[in-house]
Amino acid sequence: MDYVGIDIGSTASKVVARGKKEIEFVLPTGWSSKETTQIIKERLLEDGVDVLAEDTKVVATGYGRVAVDFADYVITEITCHARGGREMAGENCSIIDVGGQDTKVILVEDGMVQDFLMNDKCSAGTGKFLEIMANRLGVTLQELFDMADAGTVLPISSLCTVFAESEVINYIGEGRKREDIAAGVVDSVAAKVAQLSQKKVLSGRVILTGGLSGSRYFTKILSDKVGREVESTEGGRYAGALGASLLAEEKSR
Amino acid sequence: MADYRKMWEELGMDLETHDQLCAVLPQAFGDVFLSQKNRPEGMDYYNMVVADIHGIRPAELIEHQKKGGKVFGTFCVYVPDEIVFAADAIATGLCGGSQFWVPGGEKVLPTNTCPLIKASVGARLDRTCPFFRIADMYVGETTCDGKKKAWEILGEDVAVHIMNLPQMKRAKDIKAWAEEIEAFKKVVEEFTGNEITAEKLAESIKLINEKRKALKRLYDLRKNENLPISGCDALVISQIAFYDDPGRFTKMTNALCDELDQRVKDQVSVVPAGTKRILLTGTPLAIPNWKLHNIVETSGGAVVCEEMCTGTRYFENLVDETKTEVPDQIQALAERYMNINCACFTPNTGRIDDILRLAKEYKVDGIIDVNLKFCNLYDTEGYLVERALKEAGIPVLGIETDYTDSDAQQLRTRVSAFIEMLNN
Repeated sequence: MDYVGIDIGSTASKVVARGKKEIEFVLPTGWSSKETTQIIKERLLEDGVDVLAEDTKVVATGYGRVAVDFADYVITEITCHARGGREMAGENCSIIDVGGQDTKVILVEDGMVQDFLMNDKCSAGTGKFLEIMANRLGVTLQELFDMADAGTVLPISSLCTVFAESEVINYIGEGRKREDIAAGVVDSVAAKVAQLSQKKVLSGRVILTGGLSGSRYFTKILSDKVGREVESTEGGRYAGALGASLLAEEKSR
Repeated sequence: MADYRKMWEELGMDLETHDQLCAVLPQAFGDVFLSQKNRPEGMDYYNMVVADIHGIRPAELIEHQKKGGKVFGTFCVYVPDEIVFAADAIATGLCGGSQFWVPGGEKVLPTNTCPLIKASVGARLDRTCPFFRIADMYVGETTCDGKKKAWEILGEDVAVHIMNLPQMKRAKDIKAWAEEIEAFKKVVEEFTGNEITAEKLAESIKLINEKRKALKRLYDLRKNENLPISGCDALVISQIAFYDDPGRFTKMTNALCDELDQRVKDQVSVVPAGTKRILLTGTPLAIPNWKLHNIVETSGGAVVCEEMCTGTRYFENLVDETKTEVPDQIQALAERYMNINCACFTPNTGRIDDILRLAKEYKVDGIIDVNLKFCNLYDTEGYLVERALKEAGIPVLGIETDYTDSDAQQLRTRVSAFIEMLNN
């Protein structure tokens, strides 16, 4: 059997296949979840996994989950992230997922989702915010973190991406150092994420998943704000897809 | 559908803009309601009422006015309809529940005003709702700062009487509310030219109590394991209760309940066994706001109760019918209405008690605390509500939303995840 988890995020789509084949890959979601889904299907087939085969079970998750027309089950990213996070940090843990358009805090108790929280409609405190700011400063995300590490925090509103962008433009106009602006940007996102997570009582190991999960710099700043260690995770961006593939196996039993 | 254009024109409505609303409502209603499976036949009446929402009832109100009767428009469950009906006048709810009216309200109100107030003001100023045109007098109240200021703006366009609702529930506050009802009685008597006698008031107290009993009966039926009616259908009935003729509404709702009684006997359920039972608590869902019910009920859940103004707050507790003198009747009214637990009161622990009680009575699996964007009172109280629920071991999901559809997918993710959590 092959168990495939497909996590169509707003920015990136993540795929994990387990069973006869062990596969993981990520690709940009682009403008069409449907098209991305087709690309994923073909790529899996090249790697020897036929999503349409009887002995392949597929769980789709993420904001574009309904676009995966060949999925056997459709499950929300909260449940999938919790399942994936549990695999990484144990039966009792807290997961902070900073995604492209959503930031979520998920509390896992005895392996089950006990409670969760998502940011509201606004994109402040999400990956989108960092992406917009990195673009404004003309750097990649990794370069943004590297610059921030060398800078001193300039205060930036953590309330609204649009307002924050004008603040950044002001700083650029004033001739402030890019490093300091970058430090301000990262600080602002971490503050917003921490603010969200403090609405819940975090317990067990706290891990960061999503596209920023590999950045030690970001987890360091976030840990400071949250007031406890937030661990960066290897393959944390695959947490949702991994959870989905595990659920594909459990659901088909 | 009958042609009501002439009537709308005579009401001074903006027909062109109103046509846009008429064009989208049937689709919205069809998507949410007519797509449901196994609906009770008794819903036909409410389907008809909504289908001709700007036709049938407005025509009746105009008929009433032609005979010299007055129509009072109200916005809140604290305003005693009994006083209005005792003067042979008609009370009708005016709360706006559609995004369609919001931009009109935003012309004069700050953006960070709750959508209910914006829609209500927009519906009046843009002349796109017959009910807002027909009402001879609006009855406002002091339940929040946004409304208080909105009355001043509306007051420039239409007669407005404001009732000063106390914000605490001490004995002197109940006395103060009785005085407000007494003052309202005088206003209504003067405006209608009809005296409100003890006999008339006793009659109207009975009339409105009967409506409450019918709604209570409907809600009690939702306590059954086999759910005889969907949350969407129960919600639209609650919404219609605010503006339908009370006597007819009671009759039709009791008839529907007879059918539902039979369904319970036959163990008929509108949802598969094991469907998670959800209670909604929070800000009101004015017609045609069906967004959250629709999301819950198409994501594997069933709404079994609303601790809301469009729900239990509207019908729980009856007015004492044994009083025979007007002052005693007014005291009885004050006591009943001051039993409603709104977030505008401090403290408001009674509401938490209500939610915990309802959760038990309706055997709910989880609670969604819904807040209309920019309703500061319910938003703030949500902290205490959600904490109390957590302490009681009841899963709770907090949601903030408005009348737009732009967050529907995000809401669906939250609600689906919540139901997945309950299913584990």
